[in-house]
Amino acid sequence: MPVFEYAPAPESRAIANLKDHYKPFVDGEFVDGSGEPLKTINPATEEVLAEVGTASKSDVDTAVKAARKAYNGAWSKMPGTERAKYLFRIARLIQERSRELAVLESLDNGKPIKESRDSDIPTAAAHFFYHAGWADKLEYAGYGANPRPLGVAGQIIPWNFPLLMLAWKIAPALATGNTVVLKPAETTPLTALVFAEICQQAELPPGVVNILPGAGDIGASIVEHAGIDKIAFTGSTEVGKAIQRQVAGTPKKLTLELGGKAANIVFEDAPLDQAIEGIVNGIFFNQGHVCCAGSRLLVQESIAEEVLEKLRYRVSTLRVGDPLDKNTDVGAINSAEQLAKIRGLVESGDAEGAQRWTSPCPVPERGFFFAPTVFANVHQSMRIAREEIFGPVLSVLTFRTPDEAVAKANNTPYGLSAGIWTEKGSRILWMANQLRAGVVWANTFNRFDPAAPFGGYQESGFGREGGRTGLEAYLSV
Amino acid sequence: MTATTSTSAAPATPAPLVDATRDDASLRRFLLGLPGVDQVGVEQRAAGLGTRSIKKDAKRWAIDTAISMVDLTTLEGADTHGKVRALAAKAVRPDPERQDTPRVAAVCVYPDMVATAVEALKGSGVHVASVATGFPAGRTSREIKLADTKIAVDAGAHEVDMVIDRGAFLEGRYMDVFEEIQAIKAACGDAHLKVILETGELATYDNVRRASWLALLAGGDFIKTSTGKVSPAATLPVTHIMLQAVHDWHVQTGELRGVKPAGGIRTTKDAIKYLVAVHEVAGEQWLVPDLFRFGASSLLNDLLLQRRTQVDGHYSGPDYVTVD
Repeated sequence: MPVFEYAPAPESRAIANLKDHYKPFVDGEFVDGSGEPLKTINPATEEVLAEVGTASKSDVDTAVKAARKAYNGAWSKMPGTERAKYLFRIARLIQERSRELAVLESLDNGKPIKESRDSDIPTAAAHFFYHAGWADKLEYAGYGANPRPLGVAGQIIPWNFPLLMLAWKIAPALATGNTVVLKPAETTPLTALVFAEICQQAELPPGVVNILPGAGDIGASIVEHAGIDKIAFTGSTEVGKAIQRQVAGTPKKLTLELGGKAANIVFEDAPLDQAIEGIVNGIFFNQGHVCCAGSRLLVQESIAEEVLEKLRYRVSTLRVGDPLDKNTDVGAINSAEQLAKIRGLVESGDAEGAQRWTSPCPVPERGFFFAPTVFANVHQSMRIAREEIFGPVLSVLTFRTPDEAVAKANNTPYGLSAGIWTEKGSRILWMANQLRAGVVWANTFNRFDPAAPFGGYQESGFGREGGRTGLEAYLSV
Repeated sequence: MTATTSTSAAPATPAPLVDATRDDASLRRFLLGLPGVDQVGVEQRAAGLGTRSIKKDAKRWAIDTAISMVDLTTLEGADTHGKVRALAAKAVRPDPERQDTPRVAAVCVYPDMVATAVEALKGSGVHVASVATGFPAGRTSREIKLADTKIAVDAGAHEVDMVIDRGAFLEGRYMDVFEEIQAIKAACGDAHLKVILETGELATYDNVRRASWLALLAGGDFIKTSTGKVSPAATLPVTHIMLQAVHDWHVQTGELRGVKPAGGIRTTKDAIKYLVAVHEVAGEQWLVPDLFRFGASSLLNDLLLQRRTQVDGHYSGPDYVTVD
């Protein structure tokens, strides 16, 4: 029997221009942070990639003051057309340095190069282009005659899409005339610091963008700082709740984009092969490190067996391994801690009687990897049906009628996204109205566009990012 | 079907699917009951798999495998015996200076040229395939199609490529199409039957899937995209749907049937994309000439050039491969 063994096709790691040391970026300069330096590692090899200087509480204060000065100085008064030029310049620089950013992102995060190259970096550039277009049109966007920026925005972003989440946060903030102090995630600070270089290249006025690597305590310092006017946070629900408590009673505005446990609903009349693709994309994209991942598959009982059979075959063809290999479909889990969390939840699935199937694909011995896993016979009462796993683990549940599908899909504290697979257009429209989710995809999954607002219901947070609605979160209207 | 032809009749429809072909209505219900195809989704998958990076040993293996899957084809009104003999010679020794180059799978000619091809390829192991059934339009009577098939088979063709009646298919006369394929299959005797769907004329992916299943139900050994005379001919998304159909057929019946994209595949790069699809959509066991073919006349030279590039480490140019 012939075997089509794809030879490794690794992207050169030299393209990342990896440096030994990275520093915080404050007031237009890279500065020595007074925090304890951290080591960021390559989750695919467990090797240290670089040492990164972190901020301390006093650095937060310096950064917020720099941002305030920049806000009061030039930035908030600058005509929108001028601000747009900076944003366009940043967008083009991201495109010019896209290969470097893609390789660096894959090294630091563990995501497959094909995803950082084809999805993360182009979408990040697209966000800057899109928001650049809004910068001079805010008066005509339907917010009233004179929408004003809020001031200094404190932004805290997660490790699953490091540069893309940065773009989601910084692009609308700058377009609307705010200045920012941003903290990238502890495990993935590198592309944010290369983005700081891009700000210098674009000759962005000092202080408009400040980037402070660090752990949760730095995030907390940003949140509690009196000079901050708005907090935008993407991350876990637990931290989001803490932030909300901290901000309560202050004039600070807040948007939260938190966890999810999205339902991907497949009806018996669905385009089945494409639904399988959508299920795979929904949960195994970015190793399942996606807050809107379709982690709960709801299949109509009449086709459950067939779907599971097709799904197992398809999942077994996913290639797990070196994130820099262009043929890798599923990369590394971002950290040992996350891997342990995934393992813990999978064990609970076993213990609670769900039927586990794991892809027989080869998995590298070194690094943090987890083979794609599908749980059948999952019920609403199990932990794996209720808690966000944030890994390549799918829980499969069944339903009998459209009403039951809606009831089960909505039976979650979260509400970030949902997917519907059916060839019946009227049912798509009906379902989309019933589902409590910020995004409802029909016959597709995980599609993003800067023009489409994204955000959640209930414990998935509030506020929207992207589109006209997303701009409003950075404006006083 | 008469008793006299029953010895070489098409194999009975496999048990799990026997109800599907019981009568006109059940066949219709079965075909219309197949899951739909989402255009955006299938094109996305095809584009995604098309970005697989195949290099080094994998590329060399892919090139040799692709060469061994080529149906070297001449289907012109101006075909002569000399042209067919030249093609046959090339089929056996695609690259005369590289004796380790695999031979192609088959030479494909019109029925009146089969005898010449059979003679020229005797003992080589290269099959002779023939397009019968009023190729390429197929707009002729059942009697003539059967006679056409008989001419090819009697002259020694190992494989028959038939075109389905797209008119009947588009009119919804599925049973007519089914019976015609069955009758041709019976007329083929031991020859393998490739059923050309002419997917460019079927217009929708849903129709491609239905036609694929119709051909498989009727006993086609291969399903083939196109005659090469209609544009669009083979495309990656269409081939994905057909590969999915043979995969599903295998899951349901245990039988292995083949797929042949034809027309428009000209470069090694394209051919490798198809092989990746075969590997990942249908499965590894389809990566053999018995189950996957390329219908292509200009692809072979590019494969040979790329093969030399891989082996020699440099590109040699079109003058170093034969033009037959």
